[in-house]
Amino acid sequence: MTDSKYFTTTKKGEIFELKAELNSDKKEKKKEAVKKVIASMTVGKDVSALFPDVVNCMQTDNLELKKLVYLYLMNYAKSQPDMAIMAVNTFVKDCEDPNPLIRALAVRTMGCIRVDKITEYLCEPLRKCLKDEDPYVRKTAAVCVAKLHDINAQLVEDQGFLDTLKDLISDSNPMVVANAVAALSEIAESHPSSNLLDLNPQSINKLLTALNECTEWGQIFILDCLANYTPKDDREAQSICERVTPRLSHANSAVVLSAVKVLMKFMEMLSKDLDYYGTLLKKLAPPLVTLLSAEPELQYVALRNINLIVQKRPEILKHEMKVFFVKYNDPIYVKLEKLDIMIRLASQANIAQVLAELKEYATEVDVDFVRKAVRAIGRCAIKVEQSAERCVSTLLDLIQTKVNYVVQEAIVVIKDIFRKYPNKYESVIATLCENLDSLDEPEARAAMIWIVGEYAERIDNADELLESFLEGFHDESTQVQLQLLTAIVKLFLKKPTETQELVQQVLSLATQDSDNPDLRDRGYIYWRLLSTDPVAAKEVVLAEKPLISEETDLIEPTLLDELICYIGTLASVYHKPPSAFVEGGRGVVHKSLPPRTASNESTESPETAPAGAPTGEQPDVIPTQGDLLGDLLNLDLGPPVSGPPLTTSSVQMGAVDLLGGGLDSLMGDEPEGIGDTNFGAPPPAAPARVGAPIGSGLSDLFDLTSGVGTLSGSYVPPKAVWLPAMKAKGLEISGTFTRQVGSISMDLQLTNKALQVMTDFAIQFNRNSFGLAPAAPLQVHAPLSPNQTVEISLPLNTVGSVMKMDPLNNLQVAVKNNIDIFYFSTLYPLHILFVEDGKMDRQMFLATWKDIPNENEAQFQIRDCSLNAEAVSTKLQSSNIFTIAKRNVEGQDMLYQSLKLTNGIWVLAELRIQPGNPSFMLSLKCRAPEVSQHVYQAYETILKN
Amino acid sequence: MIHSLFLINSSGDIFLEKHWKSVVSRSVCDYFFEAQERATEAENVPPVIPTPHHYLLSVYRHKIFFVAVIQTEVPPLFVIEFLHRVVDTFQDYFGVCSEPVIKDNVVVVYEVLEEMLDNGFPLATESNILKELIKPPTILRTVVNTITGSTNVGDQLPTGQLSVVPWRRTGVKYTNNEAYFDVIEEIDAIIDKSGSTITAEIQGVIDACVKLTGMPDLTLSFMNPRLLDDVSFHPCVRFKRWESERILSFIPPDGNFRLLSYHVSAQNLVAIPVYVKHSISFRGSNSLGRFEITVGPKQTMGKTIEGVTVLSQMPRGVLNMSLTPSQGTHTFDPVTKMLSWDVGKINPQKLPSLKGTMSLQAGASKPDENPTINLQFKIQQLAISGLKVNRLDMYGEKYKPFKGIKYMTKAGKFQVRT
Repeated sequence: MTDSKYFTTTKKGEIFELKAELNSDKKEKKKEAVKKVIASMTVGKDVSALFPDVVNCMQTDNLELKKLVYLYLMNYAKSQPDMAIMAVNTFVKDCEDPNPLIRALAVRTMGCIRVDKITEYLCEPLRKCLKDEDPYVRKTAAVCVAKLHDINAQLVEDQGFLDTLKDLISDSNPMVVANAVAALSEIAESHPSSNLLDLNPQSINKLLTALNECTEWGQIFILDCLANYTPKDDREAQSICERVTPRLSHANSAVVLSAVKVLMKFMEMLSKDLDYYGTLLKKLAPPLVTLLSAEPELQYVALRNINLIVQKRPEILKHEMKVFFVKYNDPIYVKLEKLDIMIRLASQANIAQVLAELKEYATEVDVDFVRKAVRAIGRCAIKVEQSAERCVSTLLDLIQTKVNYVVQEAIVVIKDIFRKYPNKYESVIATLCENLDSLDEPEARAAMIWIVGEYAERIDNADELLESFLEGFHDESTQVQLQLLTAIVKLFLKKPTETQELVQQVLSLATQDSDNPDLRDRGYIYWRLLSTDPVAAKEVVLAEKPLISEETDLIEPTLLDELICYIGTLASVYHKPPSAFVEGGRGVVHKSLPPRTASNESTESPETAPAGAPTGEQPDVIPTQGDLLGDLLNLDLGPPVSGPPLTTSSVQMGAVDLLGGGLDSLMGDEPEGIGDTNFGAPPPAAPARVGAPIGSGLSDLFDLTSGVGTLSGSYVPPKAVWLPAMKAKGLEISGTFTRQVGSISMDLQLTNKALQVMTDFAIQFNRNSFGLAPAAPLQVHAPLSPNQTVEISLPLNTVGSVMKMDPLNNLQVAVKNNIDIFYFSTLYPLHILFVEDGKMDRQMFLATWKDIPNENEAQFQIRDCSLNAEAVSTKLQSSNIFTIAKRNVEGQDMLYQSLKLTNGIWVLAELRIQPGNPSFMLSLKCRAPEVSQHVYQAYETILKN
Repeated sequence: MIHSLFLINSSGDIFLEKHWKSVVSRSVCDYFFEAQERATEAENVPPVIPTPHHYLLSVYRHKIFFVAVIQTEVPPLFVIEFLHRVVDTFQDYFGVCSEPVIKDNVVVVYEVLEEMLDNGFPLATESNILKELIKPPTILRTVVNTITGSTNVGDQLPTGQLSVVPWRRTGVKYTNNEAYFDVIEEIDAIIDKSGSTITAEIQGVIDACVKLTGMPDLTLSFMNPRLLDDVSFHPCVRFKRWESERILSFIPPDGNFRLLSYHVSAQNLVAIPVYVKHSISFRGSNSLGRFEITVGPKQTMGKTIEGVTVLSQMPRGVLNMSLTPSQGTHTFDPVTKMLSWDVGKINPQKLPSLKGTMSLQAGASKPDENPTINLQFKIQQLAISGLKVNRLDMYGEKYKPFKGIKYMTKAGKFQVRT
């Protein structure tokens, strides 16, 4: 007697048979028939034709039969809306039933029937049920509001159900509270603007009370809701944390992770000096470790979240490395995640253990995993400097295994190690070269070619090696082709005599025989560079590369902060903010960590302190092969390149002799130089076609480079009247400040509005914050006759005596003439103090940003500025605010900038620009926070003019 | 919240679907099948799969994929935990959770699923409450139902669902009042080639079977509660009392439940009860490799190790193995390359060993990977962490219950690298 009998019916007239049974008089037979119908439905058979017959069975006292019919109705009402109306009366009647179970069942089922006509009838019964005396009915009704909202949002608002739902948050029964919260959260998701879950300390208190008493699922909803609240100060944050901490011991992992989210978020507000902060950190580790002993699916989600947590607060799990060791029968998705976290936790203290493990993994069966393990060894080398040597020798051991994919991966990571520790491990190059033939993956080939090119001077047969690659040039992938081109040019610049033919060959392959625009462009750029100014070419191509930094694929700090607010959600699994993937992007509000505030400080106005403090770990990603061109061009094209003016003749003649001219200077000291060697000129067709645009493109390029550093002048505000004539016996002084090519001057305009001639001008400054002082006496050569005006530029220096002024940029000036002495004060814009060498090195920037405490960070909003990131950065650059890095995070452009004041104070800035939004966010970090306000004003003036 | 659920068997048939909101076409599972195809083994199917309009979250249990479909941002752990609860409930209801059993009870399954979620929100997931709402099928009840025409569906309000102790139903009556607790510890460990421990941790649980009349209030105290610094409790445990006194105080659910689970990871506390001596060499003459392993007791606190099984996945290059065990039986599957040796009890006087040769693929080089040995064993009457229950007291009821505590240690993921 099992249900499988329902699946075996005679083939012919199955529906017909069921119809007959449904209309039978016998209760038992009816029920059996409905069961058969349900069984068919569960396996996806279409039994909608039986709708009227099944609905007829609804009027029954038999609870099971009733439930079965309800089940059927929910499934098919949509396709038979007219028929479904027939059921309405029964529903309405059931909502009045004395048995609360029936009332709840009716209201629950009705909500599941997604037919507009029915929902209208639902409103009255629902209103009653929301106020039902029985909490079981109330909690069911709460969910029903969410259902109804999904079908017809307008109706729910019009009927005032949302308010009733809000009232339920104060219900006496914790389950009702939990369901109300869940329903409101779901509704809020589709209504981002409405403040449905308007939390205040009272409602928070109610939620915290309900938290202790409701079911595990309810706890998840409540915790997720709590996480959206921003406590008003650190005391409130702490008290909420204290009440949430017991949830860490819950058996349900979702409860644990939601609790972790609340704690991670509110911790941001606690001062690190608090004892409680330390206690909390300690309490977080065990539950996270426990999650890893759960089923693999749970482990996976937990690991993705732990990945975020260790990036934000590495101290929590720093002693727990071992739990991330991989078991050989872990599913592959768990293995890969564990490996990621192992690298993040690797430090000098545990590196030996980690390396031993990684080496073990490199002999496993699964290819993907082995590859990642090999890569991980390289990352350890880059991350933990002291271990680099061991890592390299481990990699060499692995190369000796001759397992093809292991060798290839190892070569790729060794390339990265070379970039981190140049000139240290080149002894291994010989071993690498032995494996040249076995490399068949583009990435590995490209890495190997890079190594050969970079160290060409130490590899005796570098030209042979590269030549061997050149044979099949057109069969290589773009990555390899680009790399080969660069490598051969490097080789040529290092050993010009022996490799002319080779470079000629590769340039012609790249420019003439390839239809890949990137390759062709790069070929032409090199060609032109070599032909115009080989010395410059050398400086460009062989420029010292910046070291790559320790961490790869770290998450952007702002994004990380946002993701911390999404711990335990899909966003945390994908490491993307919900806006990046939630259907239609509807209902997505950006979340951010609360700012750290002390209880005695009043919270800043929301405009100035909306976002959490970025933690300052700014990632620097190992560039992939494709980026190298970018690297080359971005690198050091700064001042050292004495921008060679491209003569028109060279552009025109380019076709004839692209390389000829320059070689002399490159090899001037070599007697058998090839000054007279005629390089095979490229066939005229190609350059004729592209010559001109290239020429102009290149001169653009050089314009840009030569421009940097000499570009004259930061923004000069218009002159303002500083000293009106009536206050100075007829002398009117207006002026402004300028900064040009490193020197500051005060541009004055003196007007004589008196009736007598003025002579004997002199000027003096009071002591001021930055030591501004006249560098030369004020020279007015001729006497100033009435109604005459002179313009004088007074050079200033910053070596005068210093006294802190209030406001900081206040300057008190005394001007003397034959009549009297006059005093006035003026405010100078801070950007005249921004010096030309204010571009900080990337590494320095990272370190400094981290180093400056978060309290020193100030946030500002620059409004109504419609420039794009590019324009902003150019504009600022001319005022000596330098963009060090730019990246795009989910549509927003982030500019990282630095500037230095004349007295050596560095100011670091993060400028966030959202296309289409005229308001920019500016975060400033500086060891002397009092300048921030003025720097902000400088930004504002520069950008708006 | 949770939109739909599909149950899929290992041959890729959807044999049950349930929708809590609008109907999602089963074609959404095609994305799942794609992922399944990419993953070589069922265990490796990723638990979260994005599709253009939905997300598929799945767990793989008892050779069935439970695939939940969600549409909005929902905590994935919540979904996965819920799926586990579904599996547990099926097991609780039908004894086993398998495709034929689910098909046999499809209507009950459907009714149960309907009670577990409402519009995707969990409604009743405690097995106590569910059983009050929908009685599990028994042969007797089926017979009675057919005769009397009564049904499996209970008709009163599931009282427990609203009380402060939702996990316990009211009006429980037993003639024999008994409470049994099993302290079960599993050792997860990785032992390296040389026999030293790389990681070792203990996952412990206390499972209870409590059949007590009325509303008993129990307290359980330990000799050494300091061991338990990383614990997860059943909701019935009063957390405050544990924080302050390190005593477990609770009103138990009726029947079987897991009172707490704990985790001991401090290395020095984890004793390793067995060792494996191995000598595996792939460099023999004439494509023959040598293979020898011996299993022996290490720190067993004087108890016997039983139920020992050795499992090892041999490298692909191994064609066959000809081995002789000193005790027990062994098999080698030349297709899957899985070696399994059922050892049984370890007699410290005469250590079990398995010796012999492997025939290797001719001409092939030494395999890249070394086989890992997976060990299973059991030790009765011992909690390897040393955890001991001090006493169990009952308040609130007058009768005297039978009480019992049992200890057991098992191997969890116990791996020896060679």
